Amino acid sequence: MNRKTEGMKLETGVSMGRVESSFLETVKRKSGENLGLCYQCLKCTAGCPTAPYMDIRPNSIIRMIQMGMKKEVLESSAIWFCVYCQTCGTRCPNKIHIGILMDALREMAVEEGIPAKEKNIHLFHEAFIQSVRRGGRAHEVTMLMDYVLRSRDLMTGSLIPGIKLFLKGKFPLLPSFIKGRQEIKRIFEKCTKEK
Amino acid sequence: MRKLGVFICHCGVNIAGTVDVKSVAEKIGGVGDVAHSTDYIYMCSEPGQQIIREAVREKGLGGVVVACCSPNMHENTFRKAVKSQGMNPYLCEIANIREQCSWVHQKEKGEATRKAEEIIRATLEKVRRNESLEAIAVAIDRKVLVVGGGIAGITASLDLAEGGYEVILVEREAALGGHMAQLSKTFPDLDPGSRGVLLKASEVEKHPKIHLHCYSELEEAKGYVGNFDLVIRRKATSVGGGKCTGCGLCIENCPVEYVSEFERGMGLRKAIDTPSSPSIPNQPVLDRSHCRYFLDGSCHRCEEVCPEKAIDFKQEDERISEKVGAIVVATGYELYPKEQLGEYGYGQIPDVIDGLAFERMLSPDGPTKGKILRPSDGKVPKEMVFIQCVASRDPDRYMPYCSRICCMYTAKHAKIYKAQVPDGQPYIFYMDIRSDCKGYEEFLQKTIEEKGLLYLRGRVSRIFQDDGRVRVLGVDTLTGKMVEIAADMVILATAIVPSKGVKDLAAKLRATVDRHGFLTEAHIKLYPVESSTKGIYLAGCGQSPKDISDTVSQASATASKIQALLSADKLLQDPLIAFVDEGVCSGCGICVEICPYEAREMDPRRGISIVHSALCQGCGACIASCPNNACELRNASASQVLRVVDTFVA
Repeated sequence: MNRKTEGMKLETGVSMGRVESSFLETVKRKSGENLGLCYQCLKCTAGCPTAPYMDIRPNSIIRMIQMGMKKEVLESSAIWFCVYCQTCGTRCPNKIHIGILMDALREMAVEEGIPAKEKNIHLFHEAFIQSVRRGGRAHEVTMLMDYVLRSRDLMTGSLIPGIKLFLKGKFPLLPSFIKGRQEIKRIFEKCTKEK
Repeated sequence: MRKLGVFICHCGVNIAGTVDVKSVAEKIGGVGDVAHSTDYIYMCSEPGQQIIREAVREKGLGGVVVACCSPNMHENTFRKAVKSQGMNPYLCEIANIREQCSWVHQKEKGEATRKAEEIIRATLEKVRRNESLEAIAVAIDRKVLVVGGGIAGITASLDLAEGGYEVILVEREAALGGHMAQLSKTFPDLDPGSRGVLLKASEVEKHPKIHLHCYSELEEAKGYVGNFDLVIRRKATSVGGGKCTGCGLCIENCPVEYVSEFERGMGLRKAIDTPSSPSIPNQPVLDRSHCRYFLDGSCHRCEEVCPEKAIDFKQEDERISEKVGAIVVATGYELYPKEQLGEYGYGQIPDVIDGLAFERMLSPDGPTKGKILRPSDGKVPKEMVFIQCVASRDPDRYMPYCSRICCMYTAKHAKIYKAQVPDGQPYIFYMDIRSDCKGYEEFLQKTIEEKGLLYLRGRVSRIFQDDGRVRVLGVDTLTGKMVEIAADMVILATAIVPSKGVKDLAAKLRATVDRHGFLTEAHIKLYPVESSTKGIYLAGCGQSPKDISDTVSQASATASKIQALLSADKLLQDPLIAFVDEGVCSGCGICVEICPYEAREMDPRRGISIVHSALCQGCGACIASCPNNACELRNASASQVLRVVDTFVA
């Protein structure tokens, strides 16, 4: 969409402001998702396990991108709450993968130096990525240790469910690595270089 | 004394769930002249009808009452069933114990049972005095009148003519094509609209079975299905005698120019002109309200230049009488009038135009030769606002209904705009998107995907002129944010309303219109192309807003219904009409005055009033007005009605 926006002003806070013209194009390019197709059926939000905790629901995120509301979108907590479970993308009648979209938005927020609205959430993401980098897949115990060290957040509230999961054997103590660790390493190197 | 049969239907649980049918059947069975009384789960089913047929045959019944649903549903079914056993069908009557009893008394079962029994007893009273009657056979005129020469009228005419019937096509304007001739492209295939309809129009013009009367109106219509007497008025075109070759010299030389209605006020036309170019028929018409010859006698230019001497200033309106068997009303639509809207600067701000005006702008033969240019200064608009549901879906102030075509043509407009002005931005304000026909949703989604339209969900609150632009204020309800757009041009998708004069025409034809002026069909689902007046059929937007595909389908449906009607040797009519007791009639003539169907006439020789059996619809107006009780309705005589009432009050 090649939007000329001197023609449209949008209410922001209390005044009418110009619309960010290139935001939609950038997000479309970065995510590869065709956001123009969204007709707001809300199937994504209806099935999203983290939507109740988001400040802006997934469907509204798409609408706000269409409307060029860059600041509001990148400053939202919603983009950080998405856990990439892909329920939305699997169900979307227009094949829009919001998980991929959210990833692109997080990347843009980091690039723009916009702090995540949720405290320490970017550290959690960092711990996750590093865990994948090490073993090719996430290993919960070391990942959580990493997070605790980074954030100095002892996650006391998460202790009980953690123990429950451990007792059920869902938290293996030792990490298991995948076979193609060299490839993973190369992927990471390539991504870092391209950036 | 006649032996009577009573058959009580359960209608599944519709009746039996409320009325105790067994006890009613038992009680009615005890009535003296009732030789057979029974109940069954579905009387209208084949085994149900078999029960009736067997009883009529074996018990030798002389009258039948079927207690079931409304006579509109199955009166015919049961009359046919008794007729197959040699019984006169008019001795079979329906006692409506569903719509008028079980459905309305679902919570009062005891009372409902008692009422059902009374309804049956009353109907028995009627049947005891019913006469054996025969249907009235009437001759048919095998011609059809089609009113309206848009795509609906053209389609119906061609279908009928191809079926071998003579068609008289009457069009109010000087040329065929209607609104479709104004369209640039049509959704969802982006076919040129005007070319499509003009191709069909040229077929009409050439067809030997179609008699075309353009610039004409239906002045009078009398009669009834199969036998309508018409008077068509051909308005004076001042171009006559079959001499005009359509060379166009008169148009070139005419000095008078005024705003063209066909171009929606954006182009000019001459006082002698064809409404559009190309035009079918290709014959100019002289508009006497603008021509200088008629205003002050100062100009004869057209007469001077015409090589064929075809200009005839003295030509007068011509009245043509015709007889037809059926009439198609295909009068079409117009857009909600500017003068009455008063919103969105429509009619005041030059850059706010309606959808049809934009169609003219997009047409290669239109006022801008297909270029999108602002009416105010001729610049290419870069910010384009489209507003849907203007005067539609607004029960409080305008029209409560959905105009059905606006969602699609707005998407089409935006698509064509974006193709012509790639750096332009279309904004579309909408309430809902309705894209409910074949290929429409796909067309819409593809348009949105490819062309980058910005759909804003919400009604526009205000439009005003500001520094050469049109400011549009609204809300995007999906983000909840106010929106302000400095637009170069605004296109309003205004509501479809019935075309002018439909009410008068309907009154002439004794057809009915709804409160908005749309012609009413006999049944929205089961008889959608028949009007409630027999012999009058409907096609196109005169009945309700619809797109071209639906209009063509309806027009073809109408044509085939009429072919079925006209293919019969004789028309059979219900004999349940008025008759006169000649010994009692004093010849006062009140009935002649009051009859809405012109079915009553004085017989001057005998000095009494008579009934035209083919015209009488059995409405009963003459019976109620007769001071001597000389009129009666067959099988609903005063004595029958009074006995029915007695049964209820006893």
